[in-house]
Amino acid sequence: MSATPLALGYVALVDAAPLIVADALGFAGEEGLDLTLQPAPSWAALRDMLARGQVVAAQMLSPLPVASALGLGGSAARFEALMVLNLNGDVIGVSAGLAQRMRAQGFGFDFSDARAAGLALLAAAGDGLRIGVPFPFSMHVELIRYWLAGLGSPPPPRIEISTVPPPRMAEALAAGEIDAFCVGEPRGSVAVDSGAGVLLLPGSAIWAAAPEKVLATRAGWAEAEPDLAGRLMRAVWRAGRWLGQPDNRSLASDLLAGAGRLALPPELIERVLTGRLLICAEGAERRTPGFVEFHAGAANFPWRSQAAWIGARLALRHGLDPLPAIAAARAVFRSDLYRLHLQGTGAELPGASDKLEGSLSVPTAASSTQGRLILPPDRFFDAQVFDPADPLR
Amino acid sequence: MAKTLSIVVVEKDHERALMIVDGLREAGDFDICVISEEVGLARRIAERNPDLVLIDAGNPSRDALEDLTLASAPMERPVAMFVDHSDTALTKAAIEAGVSAYVVDGLRGERIKPILDAAVARFHMVHKMRVELSEIRRALEDRKVIDRAKGILMRARGIGEEEAYGLLRKAAMDQGKKLIDMAQALVMATDLLK
Repeated sequence: MSATPLALGYVALVDAAPLIVADALGFAGEEGLDLTLQPAPSWAALRDMLARGQVVAAQMLSPLPVASALGLGGSAARFEALMVLNLNGDVIGVSAGLAQRMRAQGFGFDFSDARAAGLALLAAAGDGLRIGVPFPFSMHVELIRYWLAGLGSPPPPRIEISTVPPPRMAEALAAGEIDAFCVGEPRGSVAVDSGAGVLLLPGSAIWAAAPEKVLATRAGWAEAEPDLAGRLMRAVWRAGRWLGQPDNRSLASDLLAGAGRLALPPELIERVLTGRLLICAEGAERRTPGFVEFHAGAANFPWRSQAAWIGARLALRHGLDPLPAIAAARAVFRSDLYRLHLQGTGAELPGASDKLEGSLSVPTAASSTQGRLILPPDRFFDAQVFDPADPLR
Repeated sequence: MAKTLSIVVVEKDHERALMIVDGLREAGDFDICVISEEVGLARRIAERNPDLVLIDAGNPSRDALEDLTLASAPMERPVAMFVDHSDTALTKAAIEAGVSAYVVDGLRGERIKPILDAAVARFHMVHKMRVELSEIRRALEDRKVIDRAKGILMRARGIGEEEAYGLLRKAAMDQGKKLIDMAQALVMATDLLK
């Protein structure tokens, strides 16, 4: 039997890894799939490729399918998330000049305390702060806004959050167009290596288990093609399990670095996969366990409560009626399809499809099919808890 | 009579921008503005408040246009075209030509068609030129590498240029490799031995 061809889209970032590995190491082949991976120059382009059917599935910013369900954004197409590709993986960085001012005021760049870093940033920013993010519907925007609003300090009078394409982030910082950024790796490390920026925080310091990218399809595709969807999800899940093994990180870095993929030095990618980031051009290293997670703690399970959190944030910001927005958002993360297609693979299937987001500060056992599920810490920096049963509290 | 449509063309390269603008002018009387700066793209476009934005589908700065969908009221909201109309010939042509259009909601149909026809034609030309240019560039680079490899052989073996070229070609054929790959391997190996 010949393999079924399937076109997937991605943006050249470290968290395209599950798709690249599923193809390169034969996990897709084992499921009888012949993947074609198509790089996209921008998230808008990738969204349109998916909407038009040039690709059937794509790596996608987790808030984007939720935004599509709420009618936000420049496309009328509807998408859904079959699984989460990775938790975390973003960094926040500041320009070299701003970093110098923060240091002069006594800030130590510990790369972990989000409150201290935020207050130091506001103190050094003066009356304006321009922050670059990759896309208006992204975990980057959600983390930045959640963080700045939760510092308990009046933000500077002018905060401007604008879209800067990730390949231009380092350049925009160097040219003084922006003062800070939140971007997916390895684009932050590229800014560090070029001397333009200093890393301030990993995204996980703001939310310890943020669903970063998802495997997205057009709404309805997975039900129309249940067999293909299942094979794809299992291949991607096995790729994530492989990526989750510490021993595989070096090989994974080489795979991702290859020409036609990320086209960056493997050494730089390995820093990201191992969570040992250099925060400045002088070479100071900071270790962040769980900097990016592709597998452990049911990382791939699309929790309805994650979608609810995103929906609540988007509704709040865009003036939508929150309860219907949250209901629509929840339907986008297909925990039902995940259960259906991953049973019998060894994947831990949680006993519930919702959890209290932000309630765990240490790894905690949770009920699951195999009884071996340990959920990772998912704390928000301000210790708030989001209860999907009472989302407006 | 309806007011003149205003169009923003986002294109960094001056020559290419001129080509696109010329094509649009031939198609009708429009108020056309070219934005070549990537800095503050969304803000610049918002200030012009155009009816239509044309941008190369391969331009990473497209994502900045998404900011515009948040800034305005629903009816004034620019939406990406071609997403919901994937069956029309025009849409297909536009996708193949690599042009993305953002159109303010409510402005559809006949008024857009001549503009897109013209844009598609010009984007086709632009892309063809770009491909040709990169092919020429690669050919030039290949020739440089082959020249270096020939030089290495000529010095090492004390042979003439034609003989060196023959040797290189024979080695490539024997190993079932392209001439350029063979030359590249030789140059790299020699650099290592230095």
